[in-house]
Amino acid sequence: MRLRRTMMFVPGNNPGMMQDAFIYGPDSIMLDLEDSVTMAEKDAARLLVYNALKTVDYGDTEMVVRINPLNTPYGKKDVEAVVRAGVDVIRMPKTETAEEVVEVEREIEKVERELGCLGRTKIMAAIESALGIVNAYAIATASKRMMGIALGAEDYCANLKTQRTPDGDELRLARETIVVAARAAGIDALDTVYSNLNDMETFRREVEYIKTLGFDGKSIINPRQIEIVNEVFAPKEKDIEKARTILAAIKEAERKGSGVISVNGKMVDKPVVIRAQRTIDLAIASGILKKEEVL
Amino acid sequence: MNTLEERKALIEATAQRMGKEIHTESPAKATEPRTALQHESPKLVSLEEAIRRTGLRDGMTISFHHHFRGGDKVINMVVAKLAEMGFKDLHLASSSLIDVHEPLIEHIKNGVITRISTSGLRGELAKAISSGIMQEPVVFRSHGTRGAAIANGDIHIDVAFIGASSADPMGNSCGYSRSENAKSICGSLGYALPDAQHADKVVILTDDLVPYPNHPASISENLVDYVVEVESVGDSSKIASGAIRDTKNPRDILLAQQAARVIINSGYFRDGFSIQTGSGGASLAAVKFIREEMLHQGIKASFALGGITAHMVKMHEEGLIGRLVDVQSFDKVAAESLKNDPMHQEVSANEYASADEAGSATHLLDIVILSALEVDVNFNVNVLVGSDGVIRGAIGGHPDTAADSALSIIVCPLLRGRIPCVVDEVTTLITPGSSVDVVVTEYGIAVNPRRPELAERLEAAGLKVVDIHALAQRARRVIGNPAPLPFGDKVVGVVLDRQGRVQDVIKSIG
Amino acid sequence: MKEASAGTLESGDILVRIAPAEKPGLDVHLESSVAYQFGEQIKQVITETLNGLGINDAVVDATDKGALDCTIRARVTAAAVRATGKDVWAD
Repeated sequence: MRLRRTMMFVPGNNPGMMQDAFIYGPDSIMLDLEDSVTMAEKDAARLLVYNALKTVDYGDTEMVVRINPLNTPYGKKDVEAVVRAGVDVIRMPKTETAEEVVEVEREIEKVERELGCLGRTKIMAAIESALGIVNAYAIATASKRMMGIALGAEDYCANLKTQRTPDGDELRLARETIVVAARAAGIDALDTVYSNLNDMETFRREVEYIKTLGFDGKSIINPRQIEIVNEVFAPKEKDIEKARTILAAIKEAERKGSGVISVNGKMVDKPVVIRAQRTIDLAIASGILKKEEVL
Repeated sequence: MNTLEERKALIEATAQRMGKEIHTESPAKATEPRTALQHESPKLVSLEEAIRRTGLRDGMTISFHHHFRGGDKVINMVVAKLAEMGFKDLHLASSSLIDVHEPLIEHIKNGVITRISTSGLRGELAKAISSGIMQEPVVFRSHGTRGAAIANGDIHIDVAFIGASSADPMGNSCGYSRSENAKSICGSLGYALPDAQHADKVVILTDDLVPYPNHPASISENLVDYVVEVESVGDSSKIASGAIRDTKNPRDILLAQQAARVIINSGYFRDGFSIQTGSGGASLAAVKFIREEMLHQGIKASFALGGITAHMVKMHEEGLIGRLVDVQSFDKVAAESLKNDPMHQEVSANEYASADEAGSATHLLDIVILSALEVDVNFNVNVLVGSDGVIRGAIGGHPDTAADSALSIIVCPLLRGRIPCVVDEVTTLITPGSSVDVVVTEYGIAVNPRRPELAERLEAAGLKVVDIHALAQRARRVIGNPAPLPFGDKVVGVVLDRQGRVQDVIKSIG
Repeated sequence: MKEASAGTLESGDILVRIAPAEKPGLDVHLESSVAYQFGEQIKQVITETLNGLGINDAVVDATDKGALDCTIRARVTAAAVRATGKDVWAD
């Protein structure tokens, strides 16, 4: 399982920022070929992203590239370039239907087949319109490559004929729909960006809110936002203890060769085990637990 | 009877026995109001007259300070006058030299200046000297070493030319001013104080001549021989910034955060600790993180040392730092505080960082945050010569504070563009690795193997402690192997250590 | 081939201009803040990248602001693609 608490946006035509992004420790880095690149620079940014992915040491960070839509002159070339470069995830912008995902998958397969690495590239879709929200589950299940769906709030609000407010009432249905669709599909749910860097308190409240809704993480635009997201997502002491007890019970059951796992006389079922593992992973990623301390 | 008349013979006899003259009645005393005298003095002369009266001759040593930083006008003004008066073969000993002193190139070529002692060189002057325009190598000393050298005679100053932000006609001078005409404020005159104390002749230059008494004063009239009023000693917009500027650079913020975490978990972060930081973005930002933790843990510092900044002043005023010990004021807030706050004290370079004085403040320093152009795998630091071999920096108090403090932390990015900051061997050795404890980069924190207990504490706190060799390798992997630099054979600079011994030499290039 | 350029003068980037050659061979002019240490390496990356694209005759003017090799390759390729009109990706 991979943590995706923070997905940091980095403009695809800025070599300095692309080289540095790794040092801030986001869980995923999203190099952007879409909105942050002007039409005149699409070709240059694509080459820059291709060469950076091939060369820069990003460690264990998950590498995501946001491509241009396939119905633009850039989309197919974007797919070819980043799949050749070995990107982990292609992020589709403004996804509205399952068919769009299938089309991107087809383009990915063309390149993967040539390279002999069929199935390597994952897909995530940003949903940024009312139609996309209505089709959220279909999009989330359109391909077995799907690893997550994300909300893109700016375009969504424009499409809804409303605007963003500090409390986010206008996004409530979209957020809940995305989380439910993602969970139903067994993939991750990522929240939209918050762009006022001078108001870290509101940002923190928003992160707390989306965590409560069930999101796995948030798209971010600046390294300064990482620490706050990680703090909010860090598990509480008592949850860690509970998780450790459950994992110890699993070990115990394995040792005894028993198929039944029980804690304090109560049977533990699979979702509880998965949640316990996620709590421990978060605790390690947040620096609360050390890997060696876990059984 | 015991009258004065009767004791006359006895007075004469006593005087004779003591070998002294006999008192005679003074002429009638002056009775005019003294207010006029507050504005004049026999010391008050023109620059040319002052130079003539000091008895300066060819081959002698003149000294300057760099508290006016990029705005300094004193050095160029005085040396131009000396050139005009026909002086040759002078030794220029400044606390530092920077971009603005580019006109010295001409005076070097014309033989007016033939030797230079300084803490640093920047800009075109540095490039010219790196290329070998001087016969004699420039002698580089740290601020503490310069102070010690002036006190012990290694540098004998014949005439000190000291720019002051205010002075009265008797010579009482400061780096700030209480008058309405204040023009060029720099705050502390710490680097100029050894010059004032030990030079044979002291000339004060000021653009704010105030009536006597300009007290409290940094430099007392009894050290001053001549006072020269000039149009301007410095361009105030280039001396110091007016307000706190917080860095928005995320890499600086990351480095600052890591440095603050090192400090907080080092074992030295306890009530009554003392600290010195630089004026760079990362250093300033680190102070902010440290402040938050001090408030959180209820810890207070006894003093902050060195270049004092607005951040330090703020924490002092909040009661988080007891005293400010100021050899150099980095901004106008610090300069104002020095003027107004008795707990904010000016110190000389010797009191700040001399290795010869057991009581110099660096000896009582717990923690120092420093920057670097290069650090090598043996923790040696270079802050003077660029990795292109050209001189482009200043030693400052780097080796002094690193050696004397309990914990020295170097903060630098692994790479600046394609320039590596963690290397196999520094281009020039300034601060020996034996005095450097921790190196903070964006790719991890390296701890000197001499300090295993520190590494243990930082690791226990969850900080990413890495081998410094791994950092150097990572840098090389990203940038490739640099080609060897095209150094010449000529020695253009000599670096002295804190004991005044020759530690390294700088070769010509370009 | 027509004259074309790619890249910027921002820190960590390189501006590359490619023009048709008047005589055979690659004529690479480089201005760089790290010329002492990396000048030859940078010129080599430029040459190799162009040769790899089948361009053996051109005049190249490059102004480097501390770019890494991967950035240099990307900018040279972009300038070459713009100069020749021949993309490296399938249409």
